[in-house]
Amino acid sequence: MILRRRSFGVVVFPGSNCDDDCRYVLEDVLKQKVRMVWHKERDLSDLEGVVLPGGFSYGDYLRCGAIARGSPVMKELVAFAKKGKPVIGICNGFQILLEAGLLPGAMLRNGTLRFICREVHLRVETSRTPFTKTLRQGEVLALPIAHNEGNYFADRSTLEAIQANHQIVFRYCDAAGETTEGSNPNGSLAHIAGLCNRQRNVLGMMPHPERASEPILGSADGRKIFESFLL
Amino acid sequence: MTTMTLKKVSEIARHHGVTDEEYQKIVATLGRTPTVTEIGMYGVMYSEHCSYKSSRPVLRLFPTEGPRVLIRAGEENAGALDIGDGLAVVFKIESHNHPSAVEPFQGAATGVGGILRDIFTMGARPIALLNSLRFGLLSKPHVQRLLKGVVSGISFYGNCMGVPTIGGEIAFDESYEGNPLVNVLCVGIVRHKGLVKGSAKGVGNPVVYLGAATGRDGLGGASFASRELTEGSESDRPAVQIADPFLEKLLLEACLELIQTGVVVGIQDMGAAGLTCATCETASRGGMGMDVDLAKVPRRVEGMTPYEVMLSESQERMLVIIQKGEEKKAEAIFKKWDLHAVKIGEVTRGPLLRIYENGSLEAEMPASSLTTEAPIYERPARRPDNFGKKNLSLEDIPVPDLAKSFKALLGSPTIANKRWVYEQYDHMVRTDTVVLPGEGTPVIRVKGTKKYLAVTTDGNGTYAALDPYRGGMIAVCEAARNIVVSGAEPIGLSDCLNFGSPEDPEVFWQFKECVRGMAEACRAFGIPVTGGNVSFYNESPRGAIDPTPVVAMVGLLEGFSPVTGSFKKEGDAVILLGETREEIGASEYLKVVHHRKLGPVPAIDLTQEKVLHRILLSEIRKGRVKSAHDLSEGGLAVALAECCVMNPRAPIGVRIRKIDFPLRSDAIWFGESQSRILISVDGKEKENFCRYAKEAGVPATALGEVGGNTIQFGKAFSISVQEAESIWKESLRGILGG
Repeated sequence: MILRRRSFGVVVFPGSNCDDDCRYVLEDVLKQKVRMVWHKERDLSDLEGVVLPGGFSYGDYLRCGAIARGSPVMKELVAFAKKGKPVIGICNGFQILLEAGLLPGAMLRNGTLRFICREVHLRVETSRTPFTKTLRQGEVLALPIAHNEGNYFADRSTLEAIQANHQIVFRYCDAAGETTEGSNPNGSLAHIAGLCNRQRNVLGMMPHPERASEPILGSADGRKIFESFLL
Repeated sequence: MTTMTLKKVSEIARHHGVTDEEYQKIVATLGRTPTVTEIGMYGVMYSEHCSYKSSRPVLRLFPTEGPRVLIRAGEENAGALDIGDGLAVVFKIESHNHPSAVEPFQGAATGVGGILRDIFTMGARPIALLNSLRFGLLSKPHVQRLLKGVVSGISFYGNCMGVPTIGGEIAFDESYEGNPLVNVLCVGIVRHKGLVKGSAKGVGNPVVYLGAATGRDGLGGASFASRELTEGSESDRPAVQIADPFLEKLLLEACLELIQTGVVVGIQDMGAAGLTCATCETASRGGMGMDVDLAKVPRRVEGMTPYEVMLSESQERMLVIIQKGEEKKAEAIFKKWDLHAVKIGEVTRGPLLRIYENGSLEAEMPASSLTTEAPIYERPARRPDNFGKKNLSLEDIPVPDLAKSFKALLGSPTIANKRWVYEQYDHMVRTDTVVLPGEGTPVIRVKGTKKYLAVTTDGNGTYAALDPYRGGMIAVCEAARNIVVSGAEPIGLSDCLNFGSPEDPEVFWQFKECVRGMAEACRAFGIPVTGGNVSFYNESPRGAIDPTPVVAMVGLLEGFSPVTGSFKKEGDAVILLGETREEIGASEYLKVVHHRKLGPVPAIDLTQEKVLHRILLSEIRKGRVKSAHDLSEGGLAVALAECCVMNPRAPIGVRIRKIDFPLRSDAIWFGESQSRILISVDGKEKENFCRYAKEAGVPATALGEVGGNTIQFGKAFSISVQEAESIWKESLRGILGG
């Protein structure tokens, strides 16, 4: 597959810790141009896509993502997203997108009240996003999660709206693609693992595609998400 | 300077754990009566935790040299080994037992924080954490509370730092009930030229205090760690520090960025003994003096005395000596990371460390009088009268129902899978973990090279309690075996020696014997000891813990993929390497099934062990070995079951033919004879492999084939793969919930 070389930004907040992992996949595995964007920067005009990586921005003090939302770069990022340019928030990045209002809903602590790090299965719910356009609806991916607050919650009207607009991108499921009770690792509402905005250019997901983008790591399914985005 | 009557001061000294003899030495060094601040400083630096005053003469037995050694044990905060291509691996294991006993969450969290700082102060990027934990019996609610607290503390800190916790071990035994062990290992990587030292050089160079403000937390923590836990230890809670991993993450990034600029002369974290240790150690290593003004030290609370500031063990603080004239470069980096940095003093022409507050001299002594000139004791050691008498006679141990015993063992907390624990640790961040916890010896790749590092921690307290010499030796052998099964070659080890009070001659004998056994094994394998930690006074009102040597070993693998423990393919041949003897003494089987803790500890032959490692490594390099797993607690039966179920994606059965070793059946299946490894090879390679191994002097027995949905243990018993997987994986969750 020949991928177009694009220019990406990976945002670094104090406490980000998956920033270099995202850079590695984009730059070293997928041969893209990557610039690390310090959270105090205000110019994203050179970028064609932005990744908000996982980690513990500002130590997750107050609420996950709540302080990062106020970083100078976020104002620019909101404008960047409004222009329809692709933004992907992974784990803590997803939490920041929720706090910033780029995606609807909120995160609660995992149902087990414990941090969970393990591989889970996801079902692709829609191919109609830049991040899943080469994936099949119903396709099952194996990706790891690693979070304490991934229990997605939204009020009833919000849930109805995101369902009606097909904004749910990934749901937790079992290996066969069934959304059984045991396959929901954190108690997430409607098994939601990933969500896009109405314009479909902003994706937030709790699982880590950058941790599953090379066969040596046990799964290369995450790479499909990045590649879809690059085609 | 305040003066007091000699008698009163020596009493204060005694209260600080300074003996009368040590006190006299201090008076002689100073030529006067020490101030209270000085007594505090000497007291904490002369504590066992900081001075190694009892252990140092014994630790000299360890080999510390080797072709890869770049920084030797004891020279710096951690040792460093060359791994080629201009890279070095820096690693160290340390205990945080006492704090974790009274405040498990904070105790364990700050243990992780401390060991991380030891690694990044060397200029190395931390790439992996492991931990070795020991608790009392898990059936006790109090023990469950401790375990949950310790695990969530480790998870809280390591996860936030973005350093994967890739493995370790946990064992349960009643001897640890009042005094759990929390040993934490950190591995870092650095370019040779990026290594920095913890020494102060250059008269007039500024001494900068970086990080958290100083509070009253952790006051005298090192002294606290150097005495037995008692009923009153709960009131020592203030001696436990409070963790802020976010601040440490900022410190990590800022320090590594700063070191890159080349303006750092020396750097040291403020861990045990806080500012006292950081100032006197850097000055003494550099052969310099240092003037410090405590008025400049950022405080968390008002009214702290010089004594308190010098002894506080508040976390996330660093002392950095910067090249004079380059302060601006450093300030820019600190500002970028929103860190508080203050110049608190200067390097002076040696040898005096002088502590001022607002112009008043609060302490003045030769820096080395606190460090290299600290007292050393040749403690008396006595072999216990009952040594060797706690051995079983086989006639007293009836052979039980094997199937039932097997299930009990497979689900026993020490043996059962620990995913309840490791799923709380981010073990994948940095995307280098290529062998995940639970699937074999953890292995991480080194990006940009063809290198992998295998890392393990091992140590069996039951063995060491029954025979410290053999127990020490086996700890090193088992760690090396665990490295070798991954295909890596052991290159160095760091040890954490957990014992009772060194003032008890029987405990000290255990310590000496254990180190002697470890040192002998290290020499036999040519593995240098690059540093570590001694934790004495692990005693609760119930008595001393089982002596527990924990060996943290690093192995290097280059140019081919690591091997895991799980059986791979239907039809592969299963081969047992090594000899099985009638050894059930000191085994987990004896504890779990017969409720006995008796010797003899399994025999160990270093020559045999070495040959085994050599053969296996050479066969792995030829690509002939599909899986390799060492035999340890639970013996052959547990190892077979683990090989069947340890890959969560593809559990598979095994058919073992009738085994005709002339031994008791429980010794065959559950005995813990050493120097054994279970491997699988392609079915066609079986004959060749066994012949080759035997010719090289390693007993090899073809046991059967991989395949099916059942684990068939010869004619003795069988279990479905599904049931074995469920017992092994669900046991801890059944006890701990969730």
